[in-house]
Amino acid sequence: MTAQNTELPLIGDYSTAGPVLSGARIGVVTFPGTLDDRDAARAVRLAGGEAVALWHAEPEGAAALSALDAVIIPGGFSYGDYLRAGAIARFAPLMDAIIAAAGGNRRSGNDAGPGTLGGSAAGLPVLGICNGFQILTESHLLPGSMIKNENLKFLCQDQALRVENSTTAWTREFTAGEEITVPLKNQDGQYVADEKTLDRLEGEGLVTFRYVGGNPNGSRRDIAGITNAAGNVVGLMPHPEHAVEPGFGPDSAEGMRLGTDGLGIFTSVVASIAGGSK
Amino acid sequence: MPTIVVDVMPKPEILDPQGKAIAGALPRLGFTGFASVRQGRRFELTVEGEVTEDVLAQARKAAEELLSNPVIEDVVNVAVLTESAQDESQSA
Repeated sequence: MTAQNTELPLIGDYSTAGPVLSGARIGVVTFPGTLDDRDAARAVRLAGGEAVALWHAEPEGAAALSALDAVIIPGGFSYGDYLRAGAIARFAPLMDAIIAAAGGNRRSGNDAGPGTLGGSAAGLPVLGICNGFQILTESHLLPGSMIKNENLKFLCQDQALRVENSTTAWTREFTAGEEITVPLKNQDGQYVADEKTLDRLEGEGLVTFRYVGGNPNGSRRDIAGITNAAGNVVGLMPHPEHAVEPGFGPDSAEGMRLGTDGLGIFTSVVASIAGGSK
Repeated sequence: MPTIVVDVMPKPEILDPQGKAIAGALPRLGFTGFASVRQGRRFELTVEGEVTEDVLAQARKAAEELLSNPVIEDVVNVAVLTESAQDESQSA
């Protein structure tokens, strides 16, 4: 609209990183229709990592991933939620590489930088937020699926969560049972799976985040986020990347919009990369 | 051109919020004869040339792997649309 907008971008270029403390290189995937890639990249930088933009059609997906320590699939409406949320994105060329890397089939890198898990069988840490979570379930990296919210409404609210599992690559900076508040915004957020799968998730401690203070969307067993058995893949419906900077987060006890509870997700993975296993 | 129809429905045990909302709207418009509604989707795959057994097998595979999500949906029908049914739908 005005020249001021271009002179004062609210969200910086991925390359204009702040001080990178850890050397952790974290890819942020963009599909057509992805909305929150810039927020996720900013969260990575605020956590001390370096955010690397990944385009969904990247032809050399495996090579691109081998230079990274973790990947975030951010929220939005990839491919307009056509067919089912996340269903088309799952077949993007880059997703095949992410699925392989998350399962531990990583190219052992000669280019393994500081802190890179190069050469080990450990799966690439992958975080799916909202639509990213839907893509991870469509990819069968995580069990279950999402259907429309019970009340059919698009929800946009600050949401209290309990961190149930603090041993994953993305939650180790939290303590088990800790309550955090981050924004929730979705229409297809009702987590469903058959009873057997739900029992297994509960039994193996794979439920990672649970809604507290009321179930907003009808998700089975109040599940807001889950992990795989290895703890490297985590998906959640709420948006930790929107609660990383004072002034732009949810209201907190300290004051309006001062909540930064989401930052722990990103510092967790940076710490995982820097420190190996907990 | 011949057409293969694929019908996908939410699994019976999965709550169908959209169907529930439609069921709620029907009596408001005076349609009181229905106890419940479930909403699915129909895909029409147009085939160039003959519908061979191979093409039909491809349609079944696509129905299971892309058109439906087996966690929440069932493929309830994969069938070739007959000429007469096609004519009917065009004249309707």
